[in-house]
Amino acid sequence: MATQPSNATLNKTVLIVEDELHIIESLRFILQRAGYLVHEVHDGNDAVNSVRAHIPDVIVLDLMLPNKNGFEILKELKSDLALSNTPVLMLTAKGQQQDRANAEQLKVDAFITKPFSNQEVLSCIDHLSKR
Amino acid sequence: MLSANFVLATALIYVLVLFLLAFASDRQSRRGGNRLIRSPLVYTLSLSVYCTSWTFYGAVGSAARNGLEFAAIYLGPTLVFVGWWFFLRKLVRIGHTYRITSIADLISSRFGKSTGLAILVTCIAVISTTPYIALQLKAVTTSFQVVSGISVLSLTDSTIGGTNTALWVAISMALFTILFGTRNLDANEHHPGVVAAIAFEALVKLFAILAVGFFVVFSMAGGINQVFEYPAATVLLYSEQSFSWRWVNLLLLSAIAIICLPRQFQTTVVENSNENHLKTASWAFPLYLFLMSLFVIPIAIAGLSLLPEDANPDMFLLTLPISAGQNSLALLAFIGGFSSATSMVIVANIALSIMISNHIIVPLALKIPLLRLNSRGDIKYLLRTSRRISIGVILFLGYVYYRTSAQSDALASIGLIAFVGVSQFCPAIIAGMFWRNATAKGVTVGMSAGFLLWAYTLFLPSLTGSPDGIIAHFVEQGLWSIEALKPQALFGLTNIDPLVHAVFWSLGTNIFCLIVVSVWSNQSPLEQLQSALFVDVFRNQPGTESRVLQRRATSRDLYWLTQRILGSAQARDLFQQLSDNYTDHHSLDTPDPRFIAHIERHLAGSIGASTARTLVSQIATGETISLEEIINLVDETQQVVEYSHRLEKQSETLKSTARKLTQANEQLQQIDSQKDEFLSQVSHELRTPMTSIRSMAEILLDSNNIADKQRAHFSRIIYEESIRLTRLLDEILEISRLEHGEMDIKHEHLNPEKCISRAIETCLGIAHRGGVSLNCDVPTTTSTMIGDPDRFHQVMINLLTNAINYNTAQNPRVEVSCRISKSYYEVYIQDNGPGIEDRESVFEKFSRGPNESSLYRGSGLGLSISRQLMHKMRGSLELVDDSNCGACFRLKMPLGV
Repeated sequence: MATQPSNATLNKTVLIVEDELHIIESLRFILQRAGYLVHEVHDGNDAVNSVRAHIPDVIVLDLMLPNKNGFEILKELKSDLALSNTPVLMLTAKGQQQDRANAEQLKVDAFITKPFSNQEVLSCIDHLSKR
Repeated sequence: MLSANFVLATALIYVLVLFLLAFASDRQSRRGGNRLIRSPLVYTLSLSVYCTSWTFYGAVGSAARNGLEFAAIYLGPTLVFVGWWFFLRKLVRIGHTYRITSIADLISSRFGKSTGLAILVTCIAVISTTPYIALQLKAVTTSFQVVSGISVLSLTDSTIGGTNTALWVAISMALFTILFGTRNLDANEHHPGVVAAIAFEALVKLFAILAVGFFVVFSMAGGINQVFEYPAATVLLYSEQSFSWRWVNLLLLSAIAIICLPRQFQTTVVENSNENHLKTASWAFPLYLFLMSLFVIPIAIAGLSLLPEDANPDMFLLTLPISAGQNSLALLAFIGGFSSATSMVIVANIALSIMISNHIIVPLALKIPLLRLNSRGDIKYLLRTSRRISIGVILFLGYVYYRTSAQSDALASIGLIAFVGVSQFCPAIIAGMFWRNATAKGVTVGMSAGFLLWAYTLFLPSLTGSPDGIIAHFVEQGLWSIEALKPQALFGLTNIDPLVHAVFWSLGTNIFCLIVVSVWSNQSPLEQLQSALFVDVFRNQPGTESRVLQRRATSRDLYWLTQRILGSAQARDLFQQLSDNYTDHHSLDTPDPRFIAHIERHLAGSIGASTARTLVSQIATGETISLEEIINLVDETQQVVEYSHRLEKQSETLKSTARKLTQANEQLQQIDSQKDEFLSQVSHELRTPMTSIRSMAEILLDSNNIADKQRAHFSRIIYEESIRLTRLLDEILEISRLEHGEMDIKHEHLNPEKCISRAIETCLGIAHRGGVSLNCDVPTTTSTMIGDPDRFHQVMINLLTNAINYNTAQNPRVEVSCRISKSYYEVYIQDNGPGIEDRESVFEKFSRGPNESSLYRGSGLGLSISRQLMHKMRGSLELVDDSNCGACFRLKMPLGV
C-alpha cells in the first residue's frame, strides 16, 4: 500500500497522545506518509492544552498514560464546546469489553485495540478527518 | 379514738364485702365468664397471701428492733420469682400434669404415692401452721384493741366489752373458709371466689400501707429527708446486726417459705390456671413486695422518734395515725392488717383442710369396715364434711395456741417458727424434682428428723407461756437437766441465735438423712416410675405411666368409683369425653391401661394421688409394673437429653464450618479478582511491545521505497521489543513460580563483600553508559549472611539498574553501603534521582513511577520479584523512609552464626 499524499489529506492535522515512543514512531511514519501533519504529546496532563494549541482534525488517544488517563482526557475534551467536535480515535492495549463500553459512553468516535493493523488505523483516521 | 363497736362493725362490713365478692366471682366463674379472675394479674395478687399481718404490722416492728433485717423476708421470694424459669416453672408443670392438690400430695405422689408420707407432711403442715394462724388472731385482736383505744395493759385479757375478739375472729374466718373453700367446683382444687377475694385483699392492704406511709412521711415527719434526719434513723440503718448469719438465714427461710408454706403452694401451684402467668408474676410479685416494703423503714423511724418509748413497734402503723388524730386513717390501716390476716387464714385453712381430708380422714374412713366406704357410699360427701370439720378444728387449734403462747412474743418470731417448720419440706421437694434416686425412705427419715428437731429447738421453747412453767424449766435446763440437750444450745452449740441454731440442726439433719438413707435404700417400682415422671416432667407426656403400669378394671367399676368421688354429673361428662378418646382399640367394658391411668389422674385431682391409687387399686386386678419399661423410660429421656446435646454440638460445629467456608469463599473471590486483574495487566503489558512489532513489521512488509537507514531503525526496534517481550514473559513465569512456591532457594553461607562486589561489577557497564557514578563502601567483615548467591545477585542487579536507569539528576550518583545489625546484614542502595512518590505501591506488580521513561521501560515486576525473593531467603526489602533526596532501598539478609 504505497500511499502518496492525496489532496484529501493535505494540511490535515493529527495529534497523537501516547507515551510509548516506539508506537509514536510507527504512527508518525504511517500518517506522515499519508500526508498528515503530525503533532505528539506524551503526558496526560499536557494533552488537552496541546489540543487547544494545535486544533487537530483528529486526535489519536491512548488509554494508559502517565498522570492522567485517556478516559479523563476524553471526558474533558467532550465537555469543552470548542473541542467536542474534534473526532477522537482511542487506541488501547487494554482490550476489555468494559473499556470499550466506557469509551463509547464518553462519546468516543472510534475505538481500536492494540496491536492494530496500520491499514485499519489509517482508514479510520481518513474517515474521521473527512467529517 | 374509735369506739369498739364502730371498729367491729367496720370489720364486719368488710367481711361482708368479701363474701359478696367471692360469691359473685364463683358465680361468674361457673358461667364461664372468668377472664378477669383467671388473669395473670389476679394470680399475682393472690400470691400476696405471703404478706400476712406479720408482714403488715410486724415488718415495721422488726425494722424498729433489728434494722434492715426485715428486708430479707422480701428478698427471698423475690429471688425465687425472678428465677422462676429454673424452679417454679417445673413445679407448676408437675402440679398441672399430675393434678397435685397440695404440698403433701406433691411429696407423697413423687415418692410412690405413699399414704404414710402424705400423713407425715400433713401433720407437719398442720403443726407448723397453727402458730401462724395464732399469730393472725393475735394481730387482729391486738390491732383491734389499739384502734378502739383499749389500754395496752389489758391486752392479755382478751375479753373486752363482753366480746372475746379472737374467738369471734376465728369463727368468722372459719365460716368464710367453709363457705368458699369447700364448694369444690371441679375436680381441680380451684377456688375462683377465694382467689378473687384474696386478690382484692391484696389491693386493700397495699393501699392501706401506702396511705399510712405517705401520711407519716409527708404530713407527720415533713418529708423523706426529715425522716432520715431523726437520730433513730442512724441507729436503725447502721446497726451492726443488720447483715449477719441471721440475715442470711432469713433470706434462705423466706425463699423456701414462698414454695413450702401450704398456703403459698396452694396459690402458686394448685390455683394456677396457666403456666404463663408465672411470667407476669416473675416481675409483678417482686414489685408488689417492693411497694409493700417501701415505707417500712420511714414508718419505723417516725414511730421510734415521735411516739413514747414504751409504744409497741408492731403497732406503729396504727398508733402513728392515732397520735396525729387521724382516726379514719388508723381504721384503714386496721382494715389493711385485717385483710392480711384473713387472707392468710383462709388460704392456709383451705390448703390444710384439703390435706387433712385427702390424706388422713378419707384413707382412715376407708379402713373402717363399719362405714363400708370400700364398696359404696358417697366419698364426695365425706370429703366435703371432713374438710368443713377440719377447718373448724384448725382454727380452734390456732386459737388454743394463741391462748397458750407467750403474749409478750413479738409477731415476727412466731412467723419465723412456722417458716422453719415448713422449710422441712424443702429438701424433699428439691430432691423429688431434680434427684432421680431420692427415695421415700430417705425423705421420710429426713423430714421426720428435721421436724422433731424443729419441735424441740424452736416450737416447744415458744410455749413458755404455759401455766405450769414446765417448758420454761426445760428450755433453761435441758431435757432431764442434761446440758447437751438444752433446746437452744444443742450439743454445746451455744452463743448463736436460736433461729440460726434451729435451722442449722433441723434442716442440716433433714438433708443429711435424706441423702444418706436414699443412697442406702432402694426405690419401689412405683417410686421409680414416679421419679422418672417428675424429674423429666418436661419430656414425658401425661399418660406415659400406662406404658409401665398394666392393670385391668371394668368400666362399670371405674364409673361407680368416679361417681362416688366427683358426683354423677361430672362422672358422666368425664366418661363421655374419655370414651371418645380411648375407644379405638378397646371396648368400654375392658378399658385399656391408658384409660384407667387417666381416670386415676383425674380422681387424684380431687382426693390426692395416694388415696386415688388406693381406690383404683381396689377395683383393678392383675396390676404389674414393668421394671424393664421404667428403665426404658429413663433411658429414653436420657437419650433424648444426650441426643439434643449432641445436636447442639453438631449444629455449633456446622455453624463454625459454615463461617470458615464463607471466609474461604471470600478469600477465593478476592484471589480470583486479583488473578483477573493480573491477567488483564499481563495482557496490557504484552500488547504494548506487540503493537510496535506488528506496526513496524507491516511498514517494512508493505513498503519498498523506504530508506535503508529507516529500515534498519525499524528492524532494530522490532528486535528490542522482542527482547523486551521475552524478558517480560520470563518474569511473569518467575513470579508465578515464586507464588506457587516452586522455586528452589538455597540457604548457604555467603561472603557479603564478595556478593556485593560481583553485583557492582556487573552494573559498572550500564552505569558508565548512563554517565552515572557508582560508588561502593563495603568494609571487609568476618560475618557471613545466609541465602542463595544467584538470587541475591538478581535482586542487587534489579535495584542497581533501577537506580541507574531512572536517575535523572544532573550528576547522577548511586551509592552502596552496609551495616551489621543484631541479626541481619543490611545493604543500602541510595541514589540521588527523583525519588519515589508512591511508596505504598512501589512493590506491587506492574507498578511504575510516573517519570519512568519509555526508553528504559521495565516490566513493572522487578521490585515485586525482588521482594518476594528476599522473603524466601528469610530477609526483607524495604524502601527507607528517611532519604532526603532520591530513593534508598534497604536489603536485609539473615546473618550466619
